Amino acid sequence: MSAEASPAGASHSAALGNMQVAPAEDIDVRRRRRLLLWLLGLALLGVGAGLITGAHGFSPSAFWADLQGDQAGLIFGQIRAPRTLGAALVGALLGLSGAIAQGVFRNPLADPYLLGSASGAGLAVVLVLAAAALGGAYISLATVIWLERIGLVAAAFFGSIAGVSLTLMLAQGAVQTLRLLLAGVVVGVLLGAGTDLLTVISPDALRGKQVFLLGSTSFLGHSSLLMMGSGLLLLLWLARRQARALDALTLGEDSAISLGLDLGRARLALVMMLSLGTALAVSQAGLVAFVGLVAPHLVRRHAPGPHAWLLLASAAMGAVLLLVADVISRALIAPQELPVGVVTAVLGGIYLFVLLKRRGLP
Amino acid sequence: MKLFLPRQIRWAAGLLLMVSLLLALPLPLRAQPAGSPIVVRDDRGTEYRFTSPPQRIITMLPSLTESLWALGGGPRLVGIDSFSNWPAELNKLPRLGGLEDARIEAIAALKPDVVLASSSSRAMDRVEALGIRVLRLKSESYADVRRTLNLLAQLLGTPAEGERLWTRLEQELETANRRIPDKLRGQKVYFEIGGGPYAAGTSSFIGETLGRLGLANIVPAKLGPFPKLNPEFVVRAQPDLIMGVQREQLGIAGRPGWATMAAVRDKRMCGFDSAQYDMLVRPGPRLGEGAALLADCLEKLK
Repeated sequence: MSAEASPAGASHSAALGNMQVAPAEDIDVRRRRRLLLWLLGLALLGVGAGLITGAHGFSPSAFWADLQGDQAGLIFGQIRAPRTLGAALVGALLGLSGAIAQGVFRNPLADPYLLGSASGAGLAVVLVLAAAALGGAYISLATVIWLERIGLVAAAFFGSIAGVSLTLMLAQGAVQTLRLLLAGVVVGVLLGAGTDLLTVISPDALRGKQVFLLGSTSFLGHSSLLMMGSGLLLLLWLARRQARALDALTLGEDSAISLGLDLGRARLALVMMLSLGTALAVSQAGLVAFVGLVAPHLVRRHAPGPHAWLLLASAAMGAVLLLVADVISRALIAPQELPVGVVTAVLGGIYLFVLLKRRGLP
Repeated sequence: MKLFLPRQIRWAAGLLLMVSLLLALPLPLRAQPAGSPIVVRDDRGTEYRFTSPPQRIITMLPSLTESLWALGGGPRLVGIDSFSNWPAELNKLPRLGGLEDARIEAIAALKPDVVLASSSSRAMDRVEALGIRVLRLKSESYADVRRTLNLLAQLLGTPAEGERLWTRLEQELETANRRIPDKLRGQKVYFEIGGGPYAAGTSSFIGETLGRLGLANIVPAKLGPFPKLNPEFVVRAQPDLIMGVQREQLGIAGRPGWATMAAVRDKRMCGFDSAQYDMLVRPGPRLGEGAALLADCLEKLK
């Protein structure tokens, strides 16, 4: 009796696939709750470490001395707190965008920079830098000031959006995944080549480009907090409304359409969200590597679930990752800094390396 | 007492005097007689032998171009790198690319007697493989400038010129130093190299100039020439003076917490346009002029 029942039960649950049976769901819910608690705890620890880590490195004694000093408001209120929270927000935006990207493309290697955001932002930044470097000779100093002040942030933002728009135009919308991916690659190559050409013509732009490419959380202030915070809340709300569409997509495009999903529209909306999230993060902190790729992986590995969960948890995971990376970048060789993008690339690279070595990617 | 010497001795003494005069006379004139080879050793330690001073010279680094020009070697230049932009007289010369993208064919076509390049450049290995002599010269510090000036002067066949020019530069430095207002002496400077923020440390070239002018640096020496600093470090260090590229300074007050710095609040900043900035950071013969530039700004701040 039992010899017959168990193969039947196994085939039954395999046929059901994603429809979880009751005990499995319980386990999943428990895992999710546990991961959420972990992330919350780590985020609190990260913020704490971010407040403690300063020009002296990670030093609690210096922290106490600073708290009693007359510069406490300046050091903590204006520099460390916004920088730490800013790093968390950048990470959250990238984690969310990464989760959307991997959902839309049903590909665990998708990352937020895939659709031309990175190359678009890079080109725009170098354009502004080159224009500013030529400044004085060809354009008025007032223009240069304007370019330098709000120029770089705005340029990265709109460049990123423009890159994705170009990709969407080339792919004629977001209906075909493969076409969209290819268009993203083509746009990335073209805009990247344009960037390189510009730096050959105006070598002055090279240094600024380097800072942008490596990513930096050094100058995150209150103004960027407000912008990224409201952007993150809006995007989380919008993306979670599309979570069911992403869930349907995991069953395959045909199944998703047969479930009554308007694939083109849903995908276009999701691509726009991911490009907005990426643009916001990139404009404030440059091209921070790997967070968008690794955060959804970590979440899926420790607590898989539907996209409503995955989106939220990836954002939280991204926040924790960049918090930690930011603290390391400040603490390791204080008072000098490492570019935060280098730290995330090393951490993310090691993680993927170990993952592949252990069991191969799913 | 009457001095009496035998005739032969007087005669011999006279002859000796004449011979020694003959020998001594041309000495200052023939420091480098044509025909005797010039031997120089570049900063890699490679020895180069020239039978006569090279007449066709290519420089692949702005500071070397400027040094050669200052030593009177300008007419012998047949090509320069893309970044050399001083003096304007050289603008008509062919541009031969940069450190990593040197136009090897164009360099070979110019048939130079010698190429002067920095110590690290892969493209120059190719040029060397073509049988062209490439002197590798380090150009980072005051000591480098002095050594290079001497070497180039030797190469040009006017070995005394190197030390003479260096003495003049020392005098210019001294003149600039005397112009620094007493109140500003010993004040802490933050010299920003790039918006990273990267700072110029005491061991960088501009750091050395600042030191010569009696100014202190907020960056401790152990951090090396161009550390990328935690911005908080700069705010805490409370520099008395902030220096850097003019257009990058415009955004400084907008950085988190930076507006509270006394130097920003009281506008105690020296901003330089890119031509002036080039002069300040290039380890070459315009270091005295650069020091004067700093003195100009500091006199105005007083």
